[in-house]
Amino acid sequence: MEEFKTVEVTTDFLIIGGGMGGTGAAVEAAHWGKENNVKVTLVDKAATERSGAVGMGLSAINQYQGENSAPDYLSYVRQDLMGCCRDDLVMDISRHVNGSVHMFERYGLPIWLDADGKYVHEGRWQLMINGESYKAIVAEAAKNALGMDNMIERVFVLRLLLDKNDKKKVAGAIGFSVRGPEIYVFKFKACLVCAGGAVHVFKPRSTGEGLGRAWYPPWNAGSSSYLTTTAGAEMSSQEVVFIPARYKDGYGPVGAWFLLFKATATSATGFNYMGEALAEGGELHKWPPYGEVKPIPTCLRNHLMMIEMFQKGDGPILIHTDKAIAKIAEKAPDKKAYAKEMKKLEAEAWEDFLDMTISQAVLWASKDVFPEDGPSEIMPSEPYFISSHSGASGAWTSGPEDIQTEESKKEYFWGYNRMTTIKGLFGAGDAVGNSSHKFSSGTFTEGRIAAKAAIKYIVENPEMPEFDSAEADKFKELIVRPLKHYEEHKDYTTLGTATKKYAQPVEEVNPNYITPKMAIFRLNKIMDEYVAGCGSQYNCSSITLNIALDLIKLLKEDVSKLAARNLHELMRCWENVHRLQIAEAHTRHKLFREETRWPGYYYRTDFREMDNEKWGKVFVNSVYDAEKDEFTMLTRPLLHLVDIKEVVGMA
Amino acid sequence: MPSFVINEKCDGCKGGDKTACMYICPNDLMVLDEERMKAYNCEPDMCWECYNCVKICPTQAVEVRGYADFCPLGASVVPMRGTEDIMWTVKFRGGLVKRFKFPIRTTAEGSAKPDGGFGVGPGTLDDQLLYTEPASLKADKLWTLGD
Ligand SMILES: Cc1cc2nc3c(=O)[nH]c(=O)nc-3n(C[C@H](O)[C@H](O)[C@H](O)COP(=O)(O)OP(=O)(O)OC[C@H]3O[C@@H](n4cnc5c(N)ncnc54)[C@H](O)[C@@H]3O)c2cc1C
Ligand code: SF4
Ligand code: SF4
Repeated sequence: MEEFKTVEVTTDFLIIGGGMGGTGAAVEAAHWGKENNVKVTLVDKAATERSGAVGMGLSAINQYQGENSAPDYLSYVRQDLMGCCRDDLVMDISRHVNGSVHMFERYGLPIWLDADGKYVHEGRWQLMINGESYKAIVAEAAKNALGMDNMIERVFVLRLLLDKNDKKKVAGAIGFSVRGPEIYVFKFKACLVCAGGAVHVFKPRSTGEGLGRAWYPPWNAGSSSYLTTTAGAEMSSQEVVFIPARYKDGYGPVGAWFLLFKATATSATGFNYMGEALAEGGELHKWPPYGEVKPIPTCLRNHLMMIEMFQKGDGPILIHTDKAIAKIAEKAPDKKAYAKEMKKLEAEAWEDFLDMTISQAVLWASKDVFPEDGPSEIMPSEPYFISSHSGASGAWTSGPEDIQTEESKKEYFWGYNRMTTIKGLFGAGDAVGNSSHKFSSGTFTEGRIAAKAAIKYIVENPEMPEFDSAEADKFKELIVRPLKHYEEHKDYTTLGTATKKYAQPVEEVNPNYITPKMAIFRLNKIMDEYVAGCGSQYNCSSITLNIALDLIKLLKEDVSKLAARNLHELMRCWENVHRLQIAEAHTRHKLFREETRWPGYYYRTDFREMDNEKWGKVFVNSVYDAEKDEFTMLTRPLLHLVDIKEVVGMA
Repeated sequence: MPSFVINEKCDGCKGGDKTACMYICPNDLMVLDEERMKAYNCEPDMCWECYNCVKICPTQAVEVRGYADFCPLGASVVPMRGTEDIMWTVKFRGGLVKRFKFPIRTTAEGSAKPDGGFGVGPGTLDDQLLYTEPASLKADKLWTLGD
């Protein structure tokens, strides 16, 4: 094993993750930093030009407030999450988001315009874009703001370090380069965690070559949650996953098809399940008030599909692309106009895939699928952690001072916007809980909000905190352990080294260690079978959740036997440690909340109904004690800051 | 095998200190075999088919073959990315070919100004205004509770 050297980086403000949140933070922090003499550094485990969930591109900006008000947007978010959101956080993003979108447009992101020069909407809140280069463009603005000297790429951040005199204050971070034998030790006054959500915690539907084709990109491994949780920050709504229903296998987007082309979905035999569920006495009325109002919450739309597929056995669910296209064609005055309209629609439909889920285009091409000829299958995916979308898991953070009532201020405000319960530790995007539906634009905006607040914190707390160097040394040892472990044991079986090739490909089998690939499979199997993955048709109970906790405990012990042959695998090992943390937190949260609030995301088979009396007015939170390896579960009040008279939907 | 490298086209980025595909892959999958000076995808089952390595390769040596566990063979989807737009050639298994061209950006590469040209607004660290506001909002003021 090569000798590792230590690189020390001292800065004032460290941005961890250069995705949508991190780039927004960089743009905002560069300004306030310059004004206040605060040094800002950004670190990413990949190249910011294409890192994070927007790396492939997107075909829509999903949050634009336009002429609507912040309470309008709140009404939509609260409805979609079955009541579970922080009003202050949601409205805070909403009131700022237009500005970020206008900046994207000026950076060079092509936003579709109509004949009058107005933005083309996919739905009330969504704008259509030519977004192939969305991330590259936004990252360019971040680089131009910070300067490349202050951006560190290909460094994986493993863990945060706390102040040696105040365990409620962050003082540093430790990680390693995936390009050379270097450990990175960061010292700072404040940091922003915006390292995305988590995938491959649950078993994906495809497990061969298509293992990586989850809806959520395989590179976000729960680092946001791990970093904040292990620093002792209070976490919230870790039970609230997101399960998108998308085109089967490729997970291509259906938004444009449903919203723009007005396609409908039925069961396999053509049953209009949505119509029946909406009608008086239908299934949706069992989930008041959310099921009774449009737009139907995401989880309930999944729920209806799951009834057809799993209870009635009338799957797969079909989206009738052919009928949608035919209907549009019918409206055309003549053949020529029809052909023209079809050509435009076809290009739009394919762009939707090619801009953000190229796999879906590959799949349609490889199966000779033509949407005008017949319907396609849609399928609910496995659960993901993505609170910026229609999930809610993340850190419990302070909100803005001005969007509070007297009562909420006591609960939701502690000095600095988006600061967690650990001093100097801020969050944005998928790292922050209970402010769902911020998407790319809202996350960029939240990064900006958090960055400004962090600079204020640094100005008001100018002293450089100090972590215990023995603690840093402990992690330095720990980081390289999988490489050492491999070297120590690799000759025990007949399998050779990373470079040696065999005529027959083989998996490493060694009684002394576990490879990162097998660790992920072990975790996936536990979560799939006992914690409501697709394999258990999204069902769990206190019995299965407790079995999972026992198995997770064993896996946590075996983590000390992870082996890595190179730096790439070393990152895979630590990504799995990060995944394991959110897996356990998630399982404990599910166990604690004794109700089914998000049918279609998961079912507690021992508590099949929504219990508004007991769980409708609280958030489920947890605090992790890293020294004792113990979780404490608690609830926090869910307060409404504004009364919603009418839900403002998509149309 | 998601993304794969065509042997005869890859020149290892001419032995530069980092190859383009290795630089860009968000999941750290592309590796250069330094003996042969050829790149390869070291973990195809962790590939998202994001096409970033395909788009960036200067010699068009990287392509994607759909995931073998659910994609029948024979199709291909190939991009050509320029500075203003991207051209896609979609070849179906049955032989049909479709071409699409979409814009990718409206400004020159490298020119994105962080403030979007909105300039610095009147905000201070003690208020709620982000530094480009209210100009970037295209509104007179920022909303607050009670408005
Ligand atoms: C398939 C899909 C489709 C979507 N479609 C849309 C859409 O059409 N419109 C829309 O507006 N939004 C869409 N979204 C939502 C949008 O992509 C997210 O809301 C947004 O990217 C969240 O930003 P983030 O900063 O929290 O995470 P990300 O943008 O994912 O960034 C996370 C960053 O952290 C880095 N990182 C991770 N771990 C570490 C670590 N340990 N150390 C260092 N760095 C690390 C990553 O490399 C990455 O740069 C979609 C999301 C997905 C997954
Ligand atoms: S970018 Fe292309 S030419 Fe360069 S190493 Fe990769 S595959 Fe080879
Ligand atoms: S397609 Fe994307 S994920 Fe796959 S190797 Fe290329 S850059 Fe990496």
